[in-house]
Amino acid sequence: MSESARRAEIIDGLKASFPVVVSSAPFGMLFGALAVKNGLTIGESVAMSATVYAGASQMVGIELFGKSIAPWLVVLSIFAVNFRHVLYSASVGRRLAQWPALARWAGFFFLVDPQYAEAERRGEQGLPVSPAWYFAMAAPIYVFWFIDTWIGATFGALIKDPHGLGLDFLLPLYFLGMVMGFRQRPLWLPIVAASGVASVVAWHVVGSPWHVSIGALAGVALAALLAPDPGRPFA
Amino acid sequence: MTDTVFIIVSAAALTYATRFGGHAVLSRFRTLHPRVDAALNAVPAAVLTTLIAPAAAQGGPAELASLALMAALSTRVSMLTAFLIAAAMLVGARQMGF
Repeated sequence: MSESARRAEIIDGLKASFPVVVSSAPFGMLFGALAVKNGLTIGESVAMSATVYAGASQMVGIELFGKSIAPWLVVLSIFAVNFRHVLYSASVGRRLAQWPALARWAGFFFLVDPQYAEAERRGEQGLPVSPAWYFAMAAPIYVFWFIDTWIGATFGALIKDPHGLGLDFLLPLYFLGMVMGFRQRPLWLPIVAASGVASVVAWHVVGSPWHVSIGALAGVALAALLAPDPGRPFA
Repeated sequence: MTDTVFIIVSAAALTYATRFGGHAVLSRFRTLHPRVDAALNAVPAAVLTTLIAPAAAQGGPAELASLALMAALSTRVSMLTAFLIAAAMLVGARQMGF
């Protein structure tokens, strides 16, 4: 790869990281603040962000941690929230298959929701999902994630009006933008409708975090069912 | 090992296993059945929708309006521009008490 092409990919990656860094900052800080409130030290909070590196599951873990539940149950709940990453890995792995093994192993560590979605989108546009692009996007998100955690853990008590600042709703907005980005894919609307309805029903009936796996399964199963079967071509 | 360290280390290991595991299993197959391929292509929209839907279902006017604005804008302007405008609208509406 030429030096200028490589530089362009790095710049693309950095650009893609920017909205993620902005929209995940409140959650990193919120996590840090809640973690300290629920009994973790500042160091443990930052260590969790740096090693688990999966926002939603960290929130769930810290929520349960504060309720003196058996440690293995806390770990199991974190695993349940993160189970969707198996699907991400299988799906985006097709684009990472040509990477050197070490880069691929490292790449999977950084496979958070927006990283996955942007990699899929970039691949779909016919642009190279290269290590240079991927890690240029991943590095700022990762570094800011535990800096934000540290800020929240250290100064969390100072935020007076998180609701008025919209902090709880920035990620849903961001994720909607990502969902819209996939609207050219086959069966997009039926999949979104199935997952949306199933996740809301599951949220009421079974509760969080299971609504994520159940809702996602509904959409994915629908796509598999409706996929044209090559064994029975249309007449 | 304290409970906290146990939780952090186990959660980190299991989370990495989910991120590596899907690829590790799938890469053993030389070809993909079209239904598996269709299912994998559905993953991003399906999963991301579940992260929005319950929040949207509980949302008031400010939340629903910002989601509608985000959906409308993201077909016209860049993702980042759409996000900044929709977020500004949300904060403005909430500050006005919606």
